[in-house]
Formats: sequence, C-alpha cells, structure tokens
Amino acid sequence: MVPATSRAIGLPKSDASREVAAAQAASSLPLIQVKNLGRRFETQNGWVDAIQDVDLDVKAGEFCVIVGPSGCGKTTLLRILAGLERSTSGSLSLIDAAGAAPTNAMVFQGRSVFPWLTVSQNVSYGLKLDGVPRKERSNRAAELLNLVGLSKFSSSFPHQLSEGMRQRVSIARALAVDPDLLLMDEPFGALDEQTRFLLQEEVLRIWEETRKTVVFVTHSIDEAMTMADRIVVMSAQPGTVLRIFEVPFKRPRELTSVRSDPHFAELFSEIWELLRVEVTRARASQEGARS
Amino acid sequence: MSRRTRRRIYEITLTISAPLVLLAIWEMLSRTERIDPIFWPPPSSLWDTFTKMVREGSLIDDVRVSTIRIIAGFAIGAIPGIALGLAMGLFWPIRVFLMPIASAVYAIPKIAILPLVIIAFGTGEESKLAIIALSIFFLVVLNTMSGVLTIDPSYKDVARNFGANRFELFYTVAFPGALPAIFTGLRLALGFALIVIVGTEFVSQTSGIGRLVWESWQTLAIKKMYVGLIVIALMGYVLTLGLDLLERLVLPWRPTN
Repeated sequence: MVPATSRAIGLPKSDASREVAAAQAASSLPLIQVKNLGRRFETQNGWVDAIQDVDLDVKAGEFCVIVGPSGCGKTTLLRILAGLERSTSGSLSLIDAAGAAPTNAMVFQGRSVFPWLTVSQNVSYGLKLDGVPRKERSNRAAELLNLVGLSKFSSSFPHQLSEGMRQRVSIARALAVDPDLLLMDEPFGALDEQTRFLLQEEVLRIWEETRKTVVFVTHSIDEAMTMADRIVVMSAQPGTVLRIFEVPFKRPRELTSVRSDPHFAELFSEIWELLRVEVTRARASQEGARS
Repeated sequence: MSRRTRRRIYEITLTISAPLVLLAIWEMLSRTERIDPIFWPPPSSLWDTFTKMVREGSLIDDVRVSTIRIIAGFAIGAIPGIALGLAMGLFWPIRVFLMPIASAVYAIPKIAILPLVIIAFGTGEESKLAIIALSIFFLVVLNTMSGVLTIDPSYKDVARNFGANRFELFYTVAFPGALPAIFTGLRLALGFALIVIVGTEFVSQTSGIGRLVWESWQTLAIKKMYVGLIVIALMGYVLTLGLDLLERLVLPWRPTN
C-alpha cells in the first residue's frame, strides 16, 4: 500500500521537526520499506515483469544508490517510490518516525526543467502549487539558487543555460519543497564527465548540509561509490535486488579522497564482477528478442 | 569592420537586390514597350495611381474593411479552435470522436464551401466572417491538438510529482507547452484567411481589397489592380508582423534565431 502523501508547505523545517528527524535516525527505523515489490507491464509480446520481488529498506537520512544494467527497472522502482506509478504486487510502506507519510521530490533524467518558466519560477514551481505566497516563494528560490550557484541566472530562461546548469535548476526545484525524501533518477546521465564530477561534489556538499534521505539511481558504479552509504545492485530484467554493499568511505567525501581510498578498487571490482554477469545476460536476451 | 558585420551587409544587399533587379527589368521592358505597358505598366508609374487612390479615400476604405474582416474572422475561428484543440489533445475520447470530421473538413479547400456559407449566413458581413472563421478553425484545432500531444511526458511527471491536480496540470504544463504549436497554426491560418477573404470579395463584389482588384481588372484599370495587389501583399506582411510581435510577447522563453 502506498499511503497518500500529504504535502506540507515545503519551507525549512522547524527545529522541532529536525529533532524528530534526529531521533528517527537514531532509532534507525526504515523510512522506506519495500517487500516483494513487483511491477508488470503489458506489451505487444505479452506481460513483462519490469521488477520482481524487490526487497529494500532505506533508513531516514541515508544516501542509497541503486545500480543495475540498463532496462533493469531501476527507474520503475524509483517512480513507484515517487507515487508516479503503481506496483502490481508486494508492498511498499513510507512512514516517518512521527507516523506520517514522508513527502518526496524527484530529480528527473534529461529534460524536465520547464522551458516556459524562468529559472526562479522553475525552482519555486512546487511551492506555487503548495500555495506558498509569492514573496516567500521568491525568497526560498533565491536561497536555493544560491545553494546551487545559479543566483545570477534567476531570471534567465532554461534555453540560455547549459545542460549542467539546467540539472542544477532541477535539483534546486526538488529541494525547494524541502522533501523528506529526495529521489534522483540518473540526474547526471546526460552530462559530460567533468560537469558530472562537479555536480557530484555539489550534491555531496548539499547532502552534508541537509542530510536528506536520498534514493539515487545510476548506471555508473563509480558514481554510486562516490555518493552512496549503501549500494543496491539490481539484476537484469526482471529487476530484483542482487546484493547490497555498504560503502565504507568516510564523510564528508571528495571525489579525490574516495578514489584514493585503498578499498576503492576492491569494491569496484566486486560490484563489477556481479554486474558483468547481469549486463551480459541482459544483452543476450535483447539480441535473442531481436533475432 | 568585423567579419560578422561585413557578412551581414552582404546578406542584406543580396536580399533586397533580387526584387530590385526584377523591378528594374520590368521597368525597362515596359518603357521600351518590349512588353505591353497597358497590361504591364512600369512599376514607377504605380506611385501616382497609389497616391491618387489614397486621396480619393476608396483605397483606405477597402483596406480597412478587409482588415477588420480578417481580424474578426480570425478571432472567431481561432479562439474556439484553440479551445477545441486543447480539449482534443487532453481527452482521448473527444479526440477519437472528432478526429474523422476534423481531418475530412480540413482537407476541403474552404473557398469551395462559400456558396454553402452564403446560404447559411446570407450575403452580408456575417458570411464573410464565417468563411474566414471556418477556413482557419480546423487548421488551428489540429495544430493545437498536436501541440498538446507532443509535449514531453516528463514535464507531466514533474507536475504530478509536485502534486499538481488536473487543472494545474493544464495551465502549468499543457497550455504553455502547446503554445509554440498553437502559434505555428495561427501563422498558417493567417495566410489562409488572406486567401479566403480576397477570394470571397472577388465573388461578393461589394467592398474590400479583393473587390478592388477584381473590379479594376474588369474595368481594365490595370494600374489600380497592381496597386491592389501590392496593398494585399503589404497587408499580409503587416499582419504577420503583428502576429510575430504577439508571439514574442506571449512566448518570451523561446530561443530566437
């Protein structure tokens, strides 16, 4: 069951709710509990299981990264968590320590920043839907644009920005409503490597400041190891959880410190060995379907 | 001078030289009577005809009458067209229900239904507005609909993720997202409106710029006819310019080339 999400006005939380969050982290009750979750789609060739029997708990305040071969249903899982899609089997519970449904906001892959709104209007989009007064909206937008280093561009339109800047806008827009849960769907997939590194560092920095619960989907092992507390490795379609890795690197992290850690290569090869089998299997079944 | 400016000057020169060369050749052939100056009067002689017609006042009247018809007919056709197009884009049952009619009527050359329109609305002003409105309506409907249908679905996901209801989804995503396609439709529609009004005035013979051209031809007032043609071209140009201006006002977010 997905509890109906009630979206509270997304302004910075009071100290009281921060305490709740802290208590929750201490009690380490999972914010997300996924059990035997499955999603079937009807296609021209019959029913297809995008994901099957997914079990996963995510603690409040955790940075959880999901990796898997392309087409393994990572995005489907994330969309179910976001409430954009329904599961067809299993259960999902989203409950915070106070017993309420956590709010979520998603950073989408690719084009998701509205081209018809200015940067500032994009960032305050969620607040506007929540009925936050104009003045508060623009203050909050300015605050977040400052956080992602786009203050100068608040009245620009997205087409005037680079792809990396647009993705920053998307991140700021998600953070603007101060969600309990931040869902990120390959947010840096369309970026060149250097821009991707910069944005990874930026998200790490922002996460250190906000300590939000994050579920982050990527196909990059490297990115997963840089960002995650835990890495969830998913199998090829139908996607299911193969193994969960704890990432030992200390925080706050930097790209260079993570890469120079002696365990980096070890963890990388362990994950890759696991994934290699899945990717090969996914390719074989795709080629089989084509012939 | 930078390479860019030089290139720009070269571009402008090329752009205006083609019509100028054409007019010069015409002028020369006409003056030397290689072509019959009665039917192909030298372009320079048209200026006198033009100023005379302006002084008499008839030209201004004709332009005013036709312009009002175009703008009013355009509004009567385009506004409901946008509304229906949005509805067809948003709700598939409406789309499936109306699509056969829309595509069938869209394909009819609109001037062909003028007799029908006259039967329905009489020979007065109403039929002229009706024929323009009808001739652009389906064009606007189909363009608006495809505008809604081609919006990237990820924008809809964003709105839903932020908890947008149906109404908010409409005015924060569907409508602004469809606006570029709506304007493409309006631009095409303007061309159609001009064609149809001139054709209609050819037939109805009472007033307007189309009547001016046809009557001048019938009375062999060839110079007047040319002035009429030039004025029609100018009207089209100015109306398009107006639409461009409106578009820039409504869509400040589009990249300009």
